[in-house]
Amino acid sequence: MRPSAVRLLNILVPVKRTVDYAVKIRVNPDQKGVDLNVKHSMNPFDEIAVEEAVRLREKLKGEVKSIKVVTIGPPKASETLRTALAMGADSAIHIEVPDSAPAPEPLSVAKALRAVIQKEKDNGGVDLVIMGKQAIDDDAGQTGQMLAGLMDWAQATFASKLVVDPKAKVADVTREIDGGLEEIKCRLPLVLTTDLRLNEPRYASLPNIMKAKKKPIQKLTPADLEVDLTPRLETLKVTEPPKRVGGGKVESVDELITKLKEAGITPVKS
Amino acid sequence: MFRLRPVLRCTPLSRRYATASGPHALVFLEHREGAIDSGSLSALAAAQQLGGQVTGLVVGSPEQVKGVLEKAKKLKGVSNVLHSASEQYSHALPETISPLFEKLLGENSPYTHVVSAHSSSAKSILPRAAARLDLPAISDITSLEHEASSNATTFTRPIYAGNAIATVKAPSSLRVKFFTVRSTAFKAAAEDQSTEAEAQAIDPVEVADPPTQHVRTDLTKSDRPDLGSASRVVSGGRALKDAETFKSTLEPLADVLGAAIGASRAAVDAGYADNSLQVGQTGKVVAPELYMAIGISGAIQHLAGMKDSKLIVAINKDPEAPIFQVADVGLVADLYDAVPELVQKLK
Repeated sequence: MRPSAVRLLNILVPVKRTVDYAVKIRVNPDQKGVDLNVKHSMNPFDEIAVEEAVRLREKLKGEVKSIKVVTIGPPKASETLRTALAMGADSAIHIEVPDSAPAPEPLSVAKALRAVIQKEKDNGGVDLVIMGKQAIDDDAGQTGQMLAGLMDWAQATFASKLVVDPKAKVADVTREIDGGLEEIKCRLPLVLTTDLRLNEPRYASLPNIMKAKKKPIQKLTPADLEVDLTPRLETLKVTEPPKRVGGGKVESVDELITKLKEAGITPVKS
Repeated sequence: MFRLRPVLRCTPLSRRYATASGPHALVFLEHREGAIDSGSLSALAAAQQLGGQVTGLVVGSPEQVKGVLEKAKKLKGVSNVLHSASEQYSHALPETISPLFEKLLGENSPYTHVVSAHSSSAKSILPRAAARLDLPAISDITSLEHEASSNATTFTRPIYAGNAIATVKAPSSLRVKFFTVRSTAFKAAAEDQSTEAEAQAIDPVEVADPPTQHVRTDLTKSDRPDLGSASRVVSGGRALKDAETFKSTLEPLADVLGAAIGASRAAVDAGYADNSLQVGQTGKVVAPELYMAIGISGAIQHLAGMKDSKLIVAINKDPEAPIFQVADVGLVADLYDAVPELVQKLK
């Protein structure tokens, strides 16, 4: 046992490889999904999560013992892990699934993460999970909450500010809620999900990218974790959204007002 | 005796029919300052489309519940309102509210669906409760169809920032189907003074020593219509230069139109506008009668939050800006000339 005065934090950061946010996606003609032969990168909210973990270590100096990133994905998802390692994470776990496997649902992902956390017990356990508030591909925004529920841990969703006191084992979190902000105080262990304004992720420098190649990536399979990633919801089809027909341009403010009037938009009397 | 026989034979049949009874939705009614959130009213409308019984659920501190309960009972289509009051519920923390859902949805519960708005609070609570019950959840649905014979529900929901629509089936094997509702896709349920639903108090589930404490809530004060439910929205982007210009340019226009003010992510990140005003994939999704995009280029993430608006008007000096591809009315002009002129002429 370590002396209780020095409580070191172990941070776990789940990341997802998604279609790059700038790509204009195309729906496949067979309506089974979208064209995935496009540029992929780390889910932007997960970049914020990695950044926050690294900043936390910079701020708390010796009090963060480890930052481990984890992903569930096809072989290529290891590139995403390398990016996270280049940003400052220490080691990674890749739960590899075949390219052909259907995308696992948030509940399955949360169960796999629970299994990872249980495995980490031998390495001092996990005190803080930092993850994105949603993935920009399925836009579900559920995994963090589900993980917190499965672990029966505190949760802080949509965080825009995080202050951790490792000695007291508490975190003060500012959350973005509808209509404003909310501050909460959470006891660790905690699952935190990141909002856009939590931080500005850094670019990995070339030396760090080189160093990241030497950092360890542990490969696991869903079977190793005894989790079943088969979806329970059935995706019947994926279609294009109804196209908007652009109405063209007008030449002047007067014409614009005419168009507004035609649409029944009139100024309010005050 | 002879006459009794057919009756007896019918009994097992009718009993089987009773267990496969219609859908029964539990709708989480959120409230703020004594009023039910409009998002919850849309969730209620979605729940009614399931075609079965609808029960409302009001959770809060004792004072909060007292006021809201009367309003909840008057909602059209609600047959029953469950209410649970506790000081622990005053800030809707997922850690304290989730156990109440678990209790209500235990093995023998009558509920087949749990429905809420896709609000920041429900988004935090529902997935946690669903996972505790080992059930998946479906986020931000825009339409639904329930098949009573197979007890399967099919939903549509936008994915990839609204650039694709997924049709997802929740099969009968899911005892309870959890889903959150995109409020702009369903017309809010109305009040109906002639009905009064039955109210039923539920004992709160007190959590001893909850791991999370509420410290403070800071709501952005505004006299304008709420962005999420406004029928007109005037939205500004990075071209507005700074917070002062943002206000002085957009407010007169919003005033003359009676509109809410929104902002692009660029404008929020640059500090021109509060983040509660952000429209887009990661902010609010709006679908007003009129959406005016001023100095907004129209990135995919922004379009995700407003492209279901009835009439989109764009003012931008860059004729190539992607916003013009979705705008019904586009004006290529310097917004500093066009907006004041527009305000002047509308007055």
